[in-house]
Amino acid sequence: MMAFTIAARELRTLFLSPLAWSVLGVIQIILGYMFLAQLDYFLMVQPRMAGMEDVPGVTDLIVAPLFGNAGVILLLVTPLLTMRLISEERRNRTLSLLFTAPVSMTDIIVGKYLGVFFFLLIMVGMLALMPLSLLMGGALDLGKLASCILALVLLLAGFAAVGLYISASSNQPTVAAVATFGALLLLWIIDWTGGAEGNANGVLQYLSLLRHYEALLKGLVSTTDLIYFLLFILTFLVLSVHRLDNDRLQK
Amino acid sequence: MTSLIQVQELYRYYGDHCAVNNVSFTLEKGEILGFLGPNGAGKSSTMQMICGNLAPTSGQILINGIDILDQPREAKRELGYLPEIPPVYRDLTVDEYLEFCARLHGIHRDRSRRAVDTAKERCGLTEVGPRLINNLSKGYQQRVGIAQAIVHMPAVIVLDEPTVGLDPIQIREIRELIRELGREHGVILSTHILPEVQESCTHVQIIHKGRLVLNGTIASLEQRMRASSLVVATCEPADVRQLYSVEGVQSIEETGHNRYRIFHDKDKDPAVRIAEIVVGAGWGLAELVPERRSMEQIFIDITQTSPQGEEQTA
Repeated sequence: MMAFTIAARELRTLFLSPLAWSVLGVIQIILGYMFLAQLDYFLMVQPRMAGMEDVPGVTDLIVAPLFGNAGVILLLVTPLLTMRLISEERRNRTLSLLFTAPVSMTDIIVGKYLGVFFFLLIMVGMLALMPLSLLMGGALDLGKLASCILALVLLLAGFAAVGLYISASSNQPTVAAVATFGALLLLWIIDWTGGAEGNANGVLQYLSLLRHYEALLKGLVSTTDLIYFLLFILTFLVLSVHRLDNDRLQK
Repeated sequence: MTSLIQVQELYRYYGDHCAVNNVSFTLEKGEILGFLGPNGAGKSSTMQMICGNLAPTSGQILINGIDILDQPREAKRELGYLPEIPPVYRDLTVDEYLEFCARLHGIHRDRSRRAVDTAKERCGLTEVGPRLINNLSKGYQQRVGIAQAIVHMPAVIVLDEPTVGLDPIQIREIRELIRELGREHGVILSTHILPEVQESCTHVQIIHKGRLVLNGTIASLEQRMRASSLVVATCEPADVRQLYSVEGVQSIEETGHNRYRIFHDKDKDPAVRIAEIVVGAGWGLAELVPERRSMEQIFIDITQTSPQGEEQTA
């Protein structure tokens, strides 16, 4: 499968630039600090909750907020990783190498997407190590942790799909980064409007990435949310393929 | 036997502007086709269409008998393309990059190392294998571009201005390489430098404003290039009337400083007689040069004398 060849090169190029390493480093430091702050908070409230019934556990108090914050931070960072995907190749005129090779547009897009997706998986993996370290001192609700990891993976996959599409639509990486950030932020907060009107904004609520992400973070793995993310990813991948094909048709 | 490339009635519009207008030609194995034209004539567009980088507005392109629009994957297997700007990833080493290109063209991992080594050897890149492409000179980057186009041993190699920006020694090496490639593959080469075509190509096409205005062998081009004038320079002022007496001379133009431009009939070459007269009269022959017409003059000639350019093809 040619997509994997392209994905492997993409991942390799990412790690050849200082960007990937600095992103991994900075994210790890910030999330590590948040994790510790959350842990601190838990240790503070733990004695008070000791006698109460039906209290949130360690997973609810540490893991869910940590992943919630990670979602927001990665919303800022993903555009930086996806901006170069197509736009830089278009700028450097290296796209013609891929166009001339016996690979389809879908191969190119899927390859690029997988490349950046693997990188994001590495980030999620490093994040997951933090709560897992708690296993040394106590028990975790592993089901909820798995749900949180799934949520973040799906969220990042969605971010990457939007980023890829915007990168495929632009000539300049920086423009792609700004546009991606704007689009993601808008999708994140799209349900803020008309909160009081009730049902009128059902569609907007359904479109919001945040809604679906939060539902999964609570440990509620519902098909609606899963399908939302899968459709979201698929839509932007298909759009990217069309966008790239435009290079060949129009120019 | 099918031709390596068969292009039929190719059109390409950019908006209202017609960049490629009814271009048809074929390329056989062992031919090196020079694609000549001034800037903006439609050379690159045509090449991009042959290589599937640009969709034609209408027309058909067969690579080895396979339609590139219907079966792009199969057709592209037989294609190697070097665009104007070599499509190299600057942050990879030469080895990594060529390895990637080989894998991209479906060469299995076991055989890709050999294919890369062969391509490097042919392009003189063996020494620079472990170096970053970004740190190579322009000439070496160009060679990496060519290596990329031949690594999968395609039947057809398309090179868009392969010698632009190279120094004279590198140009000679690359021309040598092109001639060598021409023995086993079909090669299309675009350029706006006439001597390049004369040196390396077997066939030539001239494209002007999107139309094919000349399509033939190198010999037919040289025929057209032979101009009907001589430049003579003497040490002492010459007597023009004596020169007029030579058979075939039509007119003589004095260009100053004892230099004369002598126009003559196309089928007669009066150079020998003129030399004899000049030497015999003791004017001192300093120069006697048959004038070759420049590319621009040929274009003007071809485009003005034959508004229906296609009639020239044959």
